[in-house]
Amino acid sequence: MAAVVDPEIRVVTIDDLGILRSVQEDPATGRVVVTITPTYTGCPAMDVIRADIRRALVAAGHPDAEVRTVHSPAWSTDWISDAGRAKLAAAGIAPPAPVRRDGVVPLTLAVRCPRCGSPETEQLSRFGSTACKALWRCRSCAEPFDHVKAL
Amino acid sequence: MSELFPFTLALGDDALIAAQRLAEWSTRAPEMEEDIALSNIALDQLGAARLLLSYAGELEGAGRDEDALAYLRDDREFRNCLLVELPNGDFAVTMAKLLVLSAYQVPLYTALAGCPDERLAAIGGKARKESAYHLDHAALWVRRLGDGTEESHRRMQAGIDQVWAYADELFAARPDAPVDPATLRSEFDDTVTAVLAEATLTLPEVGWTPAGGRDGVHTEHLSYLLAEMQVVHRAHPGARW
Repeated sequence: MAAVVDPEIRVVTIDDLGILRSVQEDPATGRVVVTITPTYTGCPAMDVIRADIRRALVAAGHPDAEVRTVHSPAWSTDWISDAGRAKLAAAGIAPPAPVRRDGVVPLTLAVRCPRCGSPETEQLSRFGSTACKALWRCRSCAEPFDHVKAL
Repeated sequence: MSELFPFTLALGDDALIAAQRLAEWSTRAPEMEEDIALSNIALDQLGAARLLLSYAGELEGAGRDEDALAYLRDDREFRNCLLVELPNGDFAVTMAKLLVLSAYQVPLYTALAGCPDERLAAIGGKARKESAYHLDHAALWVRRLGDGTEESHRRMQAGIDQVWAYADELFAARPDAPVDPATLRSEFDDTVTAVLAEATLTLPEVGWTPAGGRDGVHTEHLSYLLAEMQVVHRAHPGARW
């Protein structure tokens, strides 16, 4: 079930992204409870993710499993695993920088181009194709690329 | 019924109506990047609205879910502030509205994250991060336009002049609410004053200020907005995909 992919960024799983918070089995009843948290409150992918998890659970023999959504603690890009970051970069999506602890979004940090590695990049648009991304361009190789915003 | 329900409803209505207004910019923004930006901000507001209205429905205990609250109430039953229902105006007016709204929502959600009510605290903790990005975006545009050309300065100042009187309503005291909005005023003033100073803009003099949204007394603009937002749901009650 941890292999369920993000429907909008299909190279990473919900486990890679830190959307999957826990999987617990009630020892008495054998009923499985899966806890997930959304990246953004309005993320339209959540319904599909829930449905995909249910499908995976049914396939694994848990038709009565419960999928629970929690909002606290709030999701942070710091929860994206190293494997997840590597997969994002390999797919041409620049992974997020660590979040500053004072809660301010670090917009001025250099973002490295996921294709050529150059730090000579510029932001084209503060918002991108999904709620969690911004659009950037590399000044060295001229390629535009997505960047997961630190949150 | 405690103050918790009307307070949660008011916050949910603020976010919902703000989302609906901002979404009007889809396909109409001055450039593609702004089209995406305003739609994304609308989506964040809608996300917060869904959480808040779902919870408000539970607090009320009358069996109303988020859809019943969004689609099946009339204008007089909405508790949003007047600011969010005002027409978008030109891009400068929209940015002035977004600056005021997000400079209010950031300290509000931050305070909410530390309130004793667990559900509201979770929603506040989540929405706070998104609102910080909205504030950043609005501040960036207000500075760019205010400190830009003569024409952009004129229009940005006009935008601020037009919406500033509506800020007062946001901070009306609610001493029994989980967060009393009156306590957020000084942080809001500091934020806005700093942005306007950098933008070479001035705060207009304010005399009488409009209010009434929290009591269901709205401008006519809300009725038209609701008519558009609710028409499909009401025309096809109970319709499913």
